[in-house]
Amino acid sequence: MDVFSSLMDGFATALTPMNFLYAVIGVVLGTAVGVLPGLGPAMTVALLLPVTYALEPTSAFIMFAGIYYGGMYGGSTTSILLNTPGESSSVVTAIEGNKMAKAGRAAQALATAAIGSFVAGTIGTTLLAVCAPIVVQFAVSLGSPSYFAIMVLALLAVTAVLGSSRLRGFASLGLGLAIGLVGMDSVTGQQRLTFGMPLLADGLDIVVVAVAIFAVGEALWVAAHLRRTPMNIIPVGQPWMGKDDWKRSWKPWLRGTAFGFPFGALPAGGAEIPTFLSYVTEKRLSKHPEEFGHGAIEGVAGPEAANNAAAAGTLTPMLALGLPTNATAAVMLAAFTSYGIQPGPQLFASEGPLVWALIASLFIGNFLLLIINLPLAPVWAKLLQLPRPYLYAGILFFATLGAYSVNLQAFDLVILLVLGALGFMMRRFGLPVLPLILGVILGPRLEGQLRKTLQLSAGNPAGLWSEAIAVGIWVIVAIILLWPLLLKLIRRNRPARSSLLPATSGATEPREVSGSVSHASHRADGSSGDGHSDGDGDG
Amino acid sequence: MTIVVGYVPTPEGEAALAQAIAEARKSNSRLLVINSSKGDALVDNRYAQEPEIQSIEDRLANQGIDHVIKQPVRGHDAALEVLDAAEEHHADLIVIGLRRRTPVGKLILGSTSQRILLEADCPVLAVKAG
Repeated sequence: MDVFSSLMDGFATALTPMNFLYAVIGVVLGTAVGVLPGLGPAMTVALLLPVTYALEPTSAFIMFAGIYYGGMYGGSTTSILLNTPGESSSVVTAIEGNKMAKAGRAAQALATAAIGSFVAGTIGTTLLAVCAPIVVQFAVSLGSPSYFAIMVLALLAVTAVLGSSRLRGFASLGLGLAIGLVGMDSVTGQQRLTFGMPLLADGLDIVVVAVAIFAVGEALWVAAHLRRTPMNIIPVGQPWMGKDDWKRSWKPWLRGTAFGFPFGALPAGGAEIPTFLSYVTEKRLSKHPEEFGHGAIEGVAGPEAANNAAAAGTLTPMLALGLPTNATAAVMLAAFTSYGIQPGPQLFASEGPLVWALIASLFIGNFLLLIINLPLAPVWAKLLQLPRPYLYAGILFFATLGAYSVNLQAFDLVILLVLGALGFMMRRFGLPVLPLILGVILGPRLEGQLRKTLQLSAGNPAGLWSEAIAVGIWVIVAIILLWPLLLKLIRRNRPARSSLLPATSGATEPREVSGSVSHASHRADGSSGDGHSDGDGDG
Repeated sequence: MTIVVGYVPTPEGEAALAQAIAEARKSNSRLLVINSSKGDALVDNRYAQEPEIQSIEDRLANQGIDHVIKQPVRGHDAALEVLDAAEEHHADLIVIGLRRRTPVGKLILGSTSQRILLEADCPVLAVKAG
């Protein structure tokens, strides 16, 4: 079946009244959590997982897709009107967006963000529909050694490239992998890390882990920092754009999309790096460079397009390889597993209708988001006046209910609290959350591929590099790991010529800017740990 | 003498401030401006921001009024903050702005001004927006 007819079938499924309703619920919820700093789509999907067990998987995923895209839209509203990024991927938007709002151009900033997100989301989703089947065709030829290598690459890249500190990243990854190990060994049946407790033998339920880390950890963190000097929101009317704004926006939208999609699709993508790159590019190419720093519309249009395109890009490895690269995709992957659906290259063949309905619902959700965001952005901003104790009390209630309802065991509540405390400590000590959640979700799959590889090679570790692709990926892994060392060696050999590293010097600029933005604000967001990327690995 | 005024950046709050300034000039009193927030929401439009506070500061200084501006964020409601400040500084007068609210609204949401009126130990001057 070719892409187009599959996609049309997907639309037919996604547009049934019930599924359409779930799409609407999804985008509304997604926008709401996107607007609120600290709450992200990953947490929302995790909280809703237990609730959606009763639903058809298709309906549930249509809702999750809406939440995922909605979070990307909502984040920009907070960035622009409050100078506090609602999501880590809208950190850059705050730089120019808030300046525009202060100069009385909030309506135009919101409009270019929403329309740019729509354009980028639509192009990105189209690319996803076109690329994913191609990646699948390539991926089915991959054996276990290559898979293992790709997963290691994804984990390492997310840990080492994103986030401000490698040490913290690896600590977090280690914690995640350890949590993923708890339970019975899949091959030999040995008990691992169960401390003799039979309740731990089945392993920790991923829903409980995700809810604890995202929801309970964040709620405790907020409770510990409850009283903050409140800010005023910049009043704004209906978002609209003049002819000149359109003229200055459409190119950044397309360039942002071009940055966002490939970075999202890479195993270490994330939405942060392409937004920085887009910002820097727009600054360089702009005909009004003097406006940058004082509210240039290009600086909003480009990054906003980039983060939505990256959101679409991230779904490519998630659907085609079963490889999530951000927190929301990771939790969605966990959702596949809990519905008994095996993620990976065979997903398109075995669950074709579901996958295409999901992709179709991304188009629908994107359109719905434009409709509910363009006229209603000022209404969404009102959500920020919600007293946070009520908000977080509600979240804790749902978290507890959800964690209990998974297995109906009081023991899960103990795990919820313990891991919630862990989530709080991680925020306290600046450990990013993303590597942990990826470790928990990818760890067991990673182990499975490793075991398969070693079984095939009869225990010979040479089996790990028995495929050409695997060898190539191991080289990249080595470069990522050794990069700081290489950098140091190069610097030592040529101390005078620091201009030797143009990539690093290029990345310094947004890094400083991002630093100042998120200093002024709350920690960027819960869903991807210490949000703003420090660009160390762009080189 | 000391006068305490509960200020919010709304027409009612401005009316209260104007009245308080007039009272302070008349009796040559010290003026204590209280603008508080519970601080539990990210956004509170009743909490005055830097530029607004600065303009009040200038206005009071220009008129030669001995003044203190306080913005407590301690999780207490505005009535308690005003009453606290009045007690602490032995205020002789509290000035507040009254907002029109239906009886049902008052039943559900309560009323900051009502609490101040009932609990204050000194005279309370309540003004309405122009």
